[in-house]
Amino acid sequence: MIEISHVNKWYGPSFQVLKDCTTSVAKGEVVVVCGPSGSGKSTLIKCVNALEPFQEGQIILDGIKVNDPKTDLPKLRARVGMVFQHFELFPHLRIIENLCLAQEKVLGRSHDEAMAKGQKLLERVGLTVHANKYPAELSGGQQQRVAIARALAMDPIAMLFDEPTSALDPEMISEVLDVMVDLAHEGMTMMVVTHEMGFASKVAHRVIFMDKGEIVEDALKTDFFGSPRSERAQKFLSKILSH
Amino acid sequence: MNYNWNWHIFFEPNPTGAGTYLDMLVAGLLLTIKTALLAWVIALIFGTIIGILRSLPSRTASWIGFGYVEFFRNMPLLVQLFLWFFVLPELLPRGAGLWLKQIPNAPFWTAAIGVGLFMSARVAVQLAAGIASLPRGQKNAATALGLTTAQGYRYVLLPIAFRIILPPLTSEFLNTIKNTSVAITIGLIELTGQARAMQEFSFQVFEAFTAATVMYLAINIVVVTGMRFLERSLAIPGYITGK
Repeated sequence: MIEISHVNKWYGPSFQVLKDCTTSVAKGEVVVVCGPSGSGKSTLIKCVNALEPFQEGQIILDGIKVNDPKTDLPKLRARVGMVFQHFELFPHLRIIENLCLAQEKVLGRSHDEAMAKGQKLLERVGLTVHANKYPAELSGGQQQRVAIARALAMDPIAMLFDEPTSALDPEMISEVLDVMVDLAHEGMTMMVVTHEMGFASKVAHRVIFMDKGEIVEDALKTDFFGSPRSERAQKFLSKILSH
Repeated sequence: MNYNWNWHIFFEPNPTGAGTYLDMLVAGLLLTIKTALLAWVIALIFGTIIGILRSLPSRTASWIGFGYVEFFRNMPLLVQLFLWFFVLPELLPRGAGLWLKQIPNAPFWTAAIGVGLFMSARVAVQLAAGIASLPRGQKNAATALGLTTAQGYRYVLLPIAFRIILPPLTSEFLNTIKNTSVAITIGLIELTGQARAMQEFSFQVFEAFTAATVMYLAINIVVVTGMRFLERSLAIPGYITGK
């Protein structure tokens, strides 16, 4: 579904953020990407739907080359859902309008069709009563659930999560993770940048560990948590699991 | 000082034979409003286009925006009006220059367009600042949903940015109204022009300019009240200024 091969990316002439990254995510697979700050994990996931350009290598998404100038990027992006650290709901639109905008403008669905789909997804994330509120009137956890619903409204073939719980209060993290766990159980293809190791051990098939722009470890979940091969990953795990 | 106050002067017939001095001033007031409104529409249209150009990542676009803004904001308004009114017709090929000179109401069109372009540079700078103040993630979220750049601006960035810059835009609207008085130098007999004419015919300089001042104040109060109302009706619940 997502094939990343030998991706190199530089900011400016000398700072390399991604070094020869190669990995893949199969259909229905849940892959967690973790690593210390500045390791390039967010950058990598943003390369997948071309929010960030990269200079070398290639990424193929459902058979379509992302870094081909001929690729219709808006069309491709519409098929991949993305959830951001800071939710990024559109503040001037009501919750239901947030869910309808791209359905109507990008997919060309009728307003009624989009509304029906939006209502269904709001119900799914348990926020039906907030349909007519504005994002700033909701809690962080609620906003992030709306953001997930907004992405799902596009009927994506895969979902990308960029630290979806990092900006949330501890109490709100689980309500967002619950939605993600459900998604994973339904067989959604997911690539998730997160520090939530509980989530990783529960639903991930594979875990990718990145450091300084490199993919240091790319292993099955059990192997990663049981016996990480690299010293760097061992250290990282011991630090985040020590409390 | 030996000055004969005469507040009844407004109701005395003016030397043109058509109505009173008050009628003269009201005619000037209407022309000021007409000129200012057209200038403001021009300022908003061109300011929006240039403001968007300045916010795009493309280097060409931002150079065009930069050149435009610096051209129109670094020259005194008076010089600009002289350029459009006296110099431009001479620079054009003979036929075009002649046509330009013979346009009916040339001072009106020149003033509206000249003031409009002058003010558009200021609108552009503010809009660009408004767009720049939005979190980067907003653009990313719009892009990730498959919206094209144009759609992202139309449905997401501009509606929020314009709300943010409404208060300074109010000031620019007021400046536009006041700046139309410069057009007296190219023969537009707007409110200031009529006040001066009244002074020359009647020698009641203080009454004439007191009335003009009150009229300027009145239009501006209407604008300020209107913009306040607009701000309130567009406020986003829970977001920035909204309550």
